[in-house]
Amino acid sequence: MVRATSVVHVTVIATESLSKRFPRVTALDRLSVDVGPGVTGLVGANGAGKSTLIKILLGLSPATEGRAEVLGLDVAAKGGAIRERVGYMPEHDCLPPDVSATEFVVHMARMSGLPPTAARERTADTLRHVGLYEERYRPIGGYSTGMKQRVKLAQALVHDPQLVFLDEPTNGLDPVGRDEMLGLIRRIHTDFGISVLVTSHLLGELERTCDHVVVIDGGKLLRSSSTTDFTQTTTTLAVEVTDTDGHPDGTRALRDALHARGVETHTGGGLPGAGHILLLTAEGEETYDLVRDTVADLGLGLVRMEQRRHHIAEVFKDGDQQAATQTTQHGQAGRDGQDGPDVRKEAVGNDG
Amino acid sequence: MTVEHSRAQTATGARAGEPPLPRAGEQTRIHNIGYRSYDGPRLGRAYARRSLYAQSLRGAYGLGRSAKSKVLPMILFVVMCLPAAIMVAVAVATKMDDLPVDYTRYAIVMQAVIGLYVAAQAPQSVSRDLRFKTVPLYFSRPIETVDYVRAKYAALASALFILTAAPLLVLYVGALLAKLDFMDQTKGFAQGLVSVALLSLLFAGIGLVISAVTPRRGFGVAAVIAALTITYGAVSTLQAIAFDQTSTGAVPWIGLFSPITLIDGVQTAFLGASSAFPGGIGPSDGQGVVFVLVTLGAIAGCYGLLMRRYRKVGL
Repeated sequence: MVRATSVVHVTVIATESLSKRFPRVTALDRLSVDVGPGVTGLVGANGAGKSTLIKILLGLSPATEGRAEVLGLDVAAKGGAIRERVGYMPEHDCLPPDVSATEFVVHMARMSGLPPTAARERTADTLRHVGLYEERYRPIGGYSTGMKQRVKLAQALVHDPQLVFLDEPTNGLDPVGRDEMLGLIRRIHTDFGISVLVTSHLLGELERTCDHVVVIDGGKLLRSSSTTDFTQTTTTLAVEVTDTDGHPDGTRALRDALHARGVETHTGGGLPGAGHILLLTAEGEETYDLVRDTVADLGLGLVRMEQRRHHIAEVFKDGDQQAATQTTQHGQAGRDGQDGPDVRKEAVGNDG
Repeated sequence: MTVEHSRAQTATGARAGEPPLPRAGEQTRIHNIGYRSYDGPRLGRAYARRSLYAQSLRGAYGLGRSAKSKVLPMILFVVMCLPAAIMVAVAVATKMDDLPVDYTRYAIVMQAVIGLYVAAQAPQSVSRDLRFKTVPLYFSRPIETVDYVRAKYAALASALFILTAAPLLVLYVGALLAKLDFMDQTKGFAQGLVSVALLSLLFAGIGLVISAVTPRRGFGVAAVIAALTITYGAVSTLQAIAFDQTSTGAVPWIGLFSPITLIDGVQTAFLGASSAFPGGIGPSDGQGVVFVLVTLGAIAGCYGLLMRRYRKVGL
């Protein structure tokens, strides 16, 4: 494995106190963030400013103040040059039903400036890479949601951009389709060498896919760090035990016993069934032994004891008080407070 | 992390995923499943605009689209040319001294066919992109609003020009075959071409402006037909009334208010046409200048409205 020595773009995207204000809403509020090569997740609730940011980065919407660079090009001055080297996959449907995927993607390749022959070759290649084979000659109207998402992805990749913006690419997909799409997104970087900025309101799925996660809320930067920072600072142990005749509530018995030995525990969140899972912070090897011995002493059955990575969702817990104060500060920003909990719930649910 | 920098490797030509050609000194084949990067030319905005123009022009005749969408434009094209062919055949057979219809008059006579064509193809050209939200895909690429509008406008105007100039060409070739006066026919043909060029620009503009308002194709078709027939109906009725009441001075002025009578006025004043207005009262030279200005103003206005319409269609 050879490490690249000549790093051309240390940052792929850089914004500097970027703000976008509409007459009644502040979509972005002095956002300063640097994004390097790789797969970067842009996380935020609906209305957090993700789409606004993408629009500004594509040079399609001027920022109210601040500046931004994409691939080292200023968005205000070099929008055209940026759009030639960047791909964009919108969140919404954007495919005409009466043409085939091949015809459509060829047309879009030419719109990106590829000569006719290259457009056809790249289209065939790209559709194959996203997993569309014989069906690419059929009209798009008959495609499943998953296939349509692949066509949308293909049109964003067909001109071999250096960076793609993927706006909610897993929207509307079933769990299998979602996993396939996430795998594909990962491959866009590892196999194709294209950097990715992918937005989602589901934190769990980005955690698995991204190298780096940027969390914004109400147009403000909440956190920007690599996924490993997010998830590996501490280790959380999840423990589940059976109930016995001696201890009708095994979980409670274990918790009390652990407390007696000085270990802090908390339950696994507000989901159904989560009350039977005990979470505790592993200090090292001895914590595992302690739990094992405690469970054995109580005569309980140990159903599971597993490492659970810290969840990205916890940044929202950190940011909670902040969001709450924001909500009270300017009353119209109620969406911050409303959408925050939704994000948490979905993210936890997605944790599986 | 190596993967994080694979894009940077492009600069050194050692990008991950190139075809498996083992070359000495390169051991960077980490991920090799056959992705090929594109190092060829990127032809930029002007090329993209031309491609969009070509695609839209072909689309206006159903080329590159389903067989079903070829039916109507092709039928209208044939219907447009058929009378010209018949006239030519008659002129050649009976050795006429002149063609039964002036070059400039042909489009006026066939205006219903032209109107149908605009009504069918203008919404096809722009409403679909709005309805299926394809527009953001265009604007996330190098082309901009002005490129999109110009390509679409030019494509429909060209399609209309083909529709209206083809029968004139049939007439002209026929006239030469019938050995009519060459100078006379060439002049008439040239005047006819200028006239239908103006007509194409005007009709395309009106059709596109109306269609670009609605993502629903059906509404677009109905609205374009209504705009063309209602204005023409109103104008010719008012002209007839004015003519009957012998206020003939008003007849040309009324003609300013519908697209086809506008073209009629322009060509009567400057292109040697005889007016189809009641009593053949076309505009004088002075009035003709007004007709030309209004026509050009209407074309520019349509273009401006389209630009405004698409400036708001972002992502």
